[in-house]
Amino acid sequence: MPTFTFKGGVHPPQRKDITRDKEIQSLPVPDVVYLFMTNHVGAPAKPIVKVGDFVKTGQLIGEAANGISANVHSSVTGEVVGIESVINASTGRRDQAIVVKRTSEDQWEYLSHDKDFKKFSKEEIIQIVKDGGVVGLGGAMFPTHIKMIVPNNKVVDYLIINGAECEPYITIDDRMMREKADEIIKGIEILDYVLDPKKIFIGIENNKPEAIEIIRNNVRNNAKIKLVPLQTKYPQGAEKQLITAITKREVPEGGLPIDVGTLVFNVSTIYAIYDAVVNGKPLVERGITISGSGVKRPGNYWFRIGTTVADLLKYVGIVEEDKIDRILYGGPMMGIPISSIDLPTFKGNNAITVLTKEEILKRRTYPCIRCASCVEVCPMGLQPYYLKKLSDARRNDLAEENGILSCIECGACSYICPSNIDLSRSFQTTKKVIQAIQKRRG
Amino acid sequence: MRLSTDAAPHFRTNDSTRKVMLDVLIALTPAVIASTWIFGLRALFIMLYSMVLAEGLEYITVRFIRKQKDFKPDFSASVTGLLLGMNLTLGVNWWQILIGVMVSILIAKHAFGGLGQNFFNPALVGRVFLMISFPTAMTTWYQPFYYRNPTIMTAASPLGMLLDQGVDQVLKNYSYWDMFVGKIPGSIGEVCTLALIIGFIYLLIRDRVKVMIPLSYIGTVVVFSSILYLVDPIKFGNPLFHLLTGGLILGALFMATDMVTTPMTAKGEFVFGLGAGVLTVLIRLFGGYPEGVSFSILIMNAFVPLIDDWLKPKIYGTSKGGAKK
Ligand code: SF4
Ligand code: SF4
Repeated sequence: MPTFTFKGGVHPPQRKDITRDKEIQSLPVPDVVYLFMTNHVGAPAKPIVKVGDFVKTGQLIGEAANGISANVHSSVTGEVVGIESVINASTGRRDQAIVVKRTSEDQWEYLSHDKDFKKFSKEEIIQIVKDGGVVGLGGAMFPTHIKMIVPNNKVVDYLIINGAECEPYITIDDRMMREKADEIIKGIEILDYVLDPKKIFIGIENNKPEAIEIIRNNVRNNAKIKLVPLQTKYPQGAEKQLITAITKREVPEGGLPIDVGTLVFNVSTIYAIYDAVVNGKPLVERGITISGSGVKRPGNYWFRIGTTVADLLKYVGIVEEDKIDRILYGGPMMGIPISSIDLPTFKGNNAITVLTKEEILKRRTYPCIRCASCVEVCPMGLQPYYLKKLSDARRNDLAEENGILSCIECGACSYICPSNIDLSRSFQTTKKVIQAIQKRRG
Repeated sequence: MRLSTDAAPHFRTNDSTRKVMLDVLIALTPAVIASTWIFGLRALFIMLYSMVLAEGLEYITVRFIRKQKDFKPDFSASVTGLLLGMNLTLGVNWWQILIGVMVSILIAKHAFGGLGQNFFNPALVGRVFLMISFPTAMTTWYQPFYYRNPTIMTAASPLGMLLDQGVDQVLKNYSYWDMFVGKIPGSIGEVCTLALIIGFIYLLIRDRVKVMIPLSYIGTVVVFSSILYLVDPIKFGNPLFHLLTGGLILGALFMATDMVTTPMTAKGEFVFGLGAGVLTVLIRLFGGYPEGVSFSILIMNAFVPLIDDWLKPKIYGTSKGGAKK
């Protein structure tokens, strides 16, 4: 099978066998959910309910602000018991969240929808996606309806569906493709209708042979859709790397995929689009892989957005507390460590990974020996060893000239460094500083 | 529950700088064994003595001068010490070796800031220092297997012979096979090409080497000496001869590939090897020292910052590498 890939990258242990054959199970609906008004990138949504209000499952509770923003809906049926500021590990600050206490079984509130999506105009479909609060579920959480509005001077040559799933442990997209292939294909057809690309590619890493087989069979009769098996390599699922692997086009520095005629949607996002347009369901639940050696019943689950990590872990069970080292939103390569399990989940949560102390290598840090491994693996063609020097010396101007803003924070450099130097973490900080200065300058 | 909030990535390779250095030591072992066979136990003693001295001096420097409490050897000093030992002759004595090791570790390495900070290959700096300070001892080449037949102890090195007497004279004394397995006079660790190649293959398998450097270095020597061969085959010697003598293989496989003192991209490595190759042949045939390898690598070491600046990788989504001009 010929496979496609990008330049650079690493091969961390995959650990996907633990959950790849576990069917997606619905978790019980929690008694309380915390719904961030910033459940996406961009401006926070505006709360439109107040404490004491009764809300239904799927009812709009936070209205998208102008510009880049997205709607937020209640994920349970019950009473608004608070509007609080809660630590949001995905943004790294405290954000406003609406707390809903469940009081009864689900009573759904639906969006306008139709099984035959072609009864809607393209604009109407984009509106439904917006109403449904759909955001990029691969982790980026960019509002999907905004991505679907193609600027007048641009064309979509290629629509790319991201089923790469290159993070260790995570198998939810694999399961989605295996269990919900019909729905995903339908979702792709909706996007095809709205965006009218010349060609559609579905990229899947070749460590998911079942998903490749199922999707391939499903698109056999559609000449426009092509399945592209990808080499299993991290970060194959990063947007730019996926685009380049499949189309050989490079997104220009500081530009967007649409600048090279491409748009990328993750398979879970496609499912959410389908669910909104065909079933009228706003984005209040999604699939998640809960895994890691600290989890007793690792698997793939369907859960309500806003459930606390504690509630999720209660259901799957965790090993003794003193064996656990850290708990992550996401997988081990890019996952965000959480400070407490009482924090809630959000729309971009595709995984919770519980790592035990055994899994965390205790390694000594040495000075850089100029082995060039980091340069070799950087998928963005940067020189991490040099950027690290510049960051440490606070030479932000030089770091910027050397492309630090192009760093996608994939961590491949830190992963490979034999001297165990925290390269990507420095870049995260330096990038933030540079961006803040740029903003202030306007 | 107390949770660690260390930054991603939470998985790291189970590799370390220490393992890198150990692999280099393992890769040098076949050559050490071969040299002991060819030059006897005294050769083994010189190599081990130099290695242990270097690691000891590293310990003293890091622990007492840099005052780092938890010294744990990374074995980079052992690599330096062993390579220095392999670049000596049997003619040097213990205190000369001590001086060489001190120059390598204290001046060439720690005066520049320690591991990873030095511009010049420390083992080569030590060697060149000894060569200039003790030229007689450093060019007293012992006959292979002199210990079996102590009447004719020393001899001219093949390269020296080439310059004085022409290639035919050399080939009368040593066949190419002799040169390949190391039955020629020369520095302790450089003579057995076969053992060096075996060790290098180990490094290749373990992916521990900037592989473009030896390719372009050796390639350049072959091409350049072939051209000269066509000009005057007797005076300049043929490419095979240049390949198998004068420490080119030891230099190209293990000294020119020292990670710390070489460029960071394949293109840069190519240029580095090219420069070292041209310089080696030039120094050998037209310079004062027959052994051009050490000097050429050191000269190219000095160009590394420039090469790195010039040949950066291409940043994704741009047509440029590295800094804007
Ligand atoms: S974290 Fe940044 S610098 Fe490091 S490999 Fe990824 S893109 Fe390159
Ligand atoms: S991987 Fe680490 S040791 Fe190697 S060059 Fe990069 S920063 Fe230096």
